[in-house]
Amino acid sequence: MNHDLGRLPAIFKRYPKSPESLIAVLQDIQKEYQFLPSEALAETARVLEVPLSKVFSVSTFYNAFSLHPKGEKVIRICVGTTCHIRGAKQIQEQLESQLKIKAGETTPDLKFSIETVSCVGACAKAPVVIVNEKYHGPVKVSDYKKLVKGK
Amino acid sequence: MRLSSTGQLTQLRTKCQAAAKKHKKKVLVCCGPGCLAAGAQKIADRFRTVLKQKRIAGFSVQALKETGCHGFCEQGPLVVIEPGGTFYTKVKTRDVEEIIDRSVRKDEVVQRLLYKDPRSGKSIRDWAKIDFYAHQNRIALQKLGQIAQCDIEDYIAGGGYAALAKALTKMTGDRIIDEVTTSGLRGRGGAGFAAGRKWRTCKDVQSDTRYVICNGDEGDPGAFMDRAIMEGDPHSVLEGMIIAAFAVGSSEGYIYVREEYPLAVVNLQKAIEQAEALGLLGNDILGTGFSFSIKISRGAGAFVCGESSALMKSVAGQVGEPRAKYIRSVIKGLHDRPTVLNNVETFANVPVIIDRGADWFAKIGAKNNSGTKAFSLVGKVRNTGLIEVAMGTTLRKIIFDIGGGIIGDRPFKAVQTGGPSGGCLPQSQLDLPVDFDSLTKAGSMMGSGGMIVMDDKTCMVDVAKYFLGFLVEESCGKCVPCREGLYQLHRLTIKVSEGRATEEDLSTIEKLSEMVIIGSLCGLGKSGPNPVLSTMKYFKDEYLAHIRDKRCPAGVCRELITYEITPDCTGCMACIAVCATHAITGKKGKVHTLDQAKCTKCGACYAVCQHDAVLVS
Repeated sequence: MNHDLGRLPAIFKRYPKSPESLIAVLQDIQKEYQFLPSEALAETARVLEVPLSKVFSVSTFYNAFSLHPKGEKVIRICVGTTCHIRGAKQIQEQLESQLKIKAGETTPDLKFSIETVSCVGACAKAPVVIVNEKYHGPVKVSDYKKLVKGK
Repeated sequence: MRLSSTGQLTQLRTKCQAAAKKHKKKVLVCCGPGCLAAGAQKIADRFRTVLKQKRIAGFSVQALKETGCHGFCEQGPLVVIEPGGTFYTKVKTRDVEEIIDRSVRKDEVVQRLLYKDPRSGKSIRDWAKIDFYAHQNRIALQKLGQIAQCDIEDYIAGGGYAALAKALTKMTGDRIIDEVTTSGLRGRGGAGFAAGRKWRTCKDVQSDTRYVICNGDEGDPGAFMDRAIMEGDPHSVLEGMIIAAFAVGSSEGYIYVREEYPLAVVNLQKAIEQAEALGLLGNDILGTGFSFSIKISRGAGAFVCGESSALMKSVAGQVGEPRAKYIRSVIKGLHDRPTVLNNVETFANVPVIIDRGADWFAKIGAKNNSGTKAFSLVGKVRNTGLIEVAMGTTLRKIIFDIGGGIIGDRPFKAVQTGGPSGGCLPQSQLDLPVDFDSLTKAGSMMGSGGMIVMDDKTCMVDVAKYFLGFLVEESCGKCVPCREGLYQLHRLTIKVSEGRATEEDLSTIEKLSEMVIIGSLCGLGKSGPNPVLSTMKYFKDEYLAHIRDKRCPAGVCRELITYEITPDCTGCMACIAVCATHAITGKKGKVHTLDQAKCTKCGACYAVCQHDAVLVS
């Protein structure tokens, strides 16, 4: 897949050209493209003078990075301890069965992604689901429609 | 304006205090993690709009403050009217106009929005008199919820940066370290290492460069104290870090914030810019010649990066793999230079200690455990929220007096502290004083301060399985005992939860746990077996019920339970709508039936049923 790499120079400009900037640069690329296109990884390796293997290693070590495109709407289900004991798993399964994808996957039409996250620090409102940036909680199993259709 | 002396800081404080006094009232809208999840931003926006429309004598929109976490998340969104502390709970946007008309313009109270004490049934106006708050003792959280989130003037008006001024002009680095040592402050991140000793070691190492790092990688699931402080009172963290930097002789610092806390990054960045603009951070701080800069380093989603050596690798742009403990990061830390690493809450305590003195601080709390500790009190407890209590307060007091007991008056079963490194403590331990040493002795640990309360509907085998599953995902994979050992422990707990285990498996769990504890490289692995060991220690019966009777007493483990629909069913069809496998059938108004062959035991029907017509057995 070809991606517009034109947005990369602006990202590189924000940080010193050193291996130390690797995570910050990848985070910005992830934010800009919603994932890390392989061409962008190669370009990052070249610009920061880090071996491509190292770039790949960092991209796959941290949970924040994805090597695959994500959906327009990213549904993140908090599965922290509090959410777990308050029924996060049921909510996860409900969403998975409604959208016919598993956590970590994206629908073929690139509309939805489901992800799990280990605690977002909103435990007092457990169980919590975050749709794009918006927090919902406490979420009930029957709220799936609202989460999928709502803005 | 840049402040070039401590005198100018005092002048600014007087000015800010005078400006605040012009307003007869203050409206505080809590925008902490819990209230935001409940829609607090809309409430704050509505207040702003309405207050702009209605011109009220002696009140301007500046007196509307979006604050950090006020604490009582369960009752959010919260709105407080000062002076007097009128405390409005579960506020909706449609209540805003009434609050303004009656409590801002006049001195009346909107009775229906007050907190009602569940025991006496009486409404309480002043938040400080509510049980949830009355038993607390706030030091690290003292400004949280009282000042606007990103407002350095509010912070200064409340006495902020006075400790820094004192440290820079009236104390030497050694004197500061002595003060912190005398205070007995122990690191609030988990292990409880003495902060003063850490600072002393760092200072004594010969080096051209030293670093001060704030660990904001609050990874323990179920903990959000540090998130609340970073978002709601970022200046207290900065002030603590600058004092530490001056004490040990460092000119460069980092705050490592976990990826899941984007708002903390935004607010800390704003705070850094505000402090730099006033000359409280950067070059020649307050004209004293001392310079210190702080950069934010964003984590990228890895639990192991809360471990000091892994965190420093991550700050340097690398994969966060810990290294062996015999090389201490305080001697050889970031870029192999001596580094002081403390967590958010530890730094937030420092300005108060410098301001009020070590002796004052040392008197609070318990022996060898001075001061207070912040906790996120969550789970099946009635009053969930952010609390801070003196060290040595008993679990009973926290859970029952502050927390108001268990939701629905169900029986208390356990409380989990210390995250994946901690353990579950049963009823018999309720009178345990909460401090670093007592918790460790009881088989759990302090951790960063998550306190998750569990009732009889929580299965201890499931909890152990949950934490091991979490650690299997988060293990960096560098050392074998952690990577493989935790994986096998996880498999064994799955076996128990599915009723396939034998009693021999329990002794295998014990032996394997011992190996993981001895053999792992870092704290994540070393403490990884704690949740399974502590639940086996205190809830052996429950493990045996799974093994001998093939029964899950809490009704959680799927392989051992069945769902049934009882004749109480009203035929509302709510369960049919959520049943993913179409196992439930029936007509509106008629009792539904559940086909066991199709049922995956997901529990969705049980969760949605409003009529207690779904039975777990």
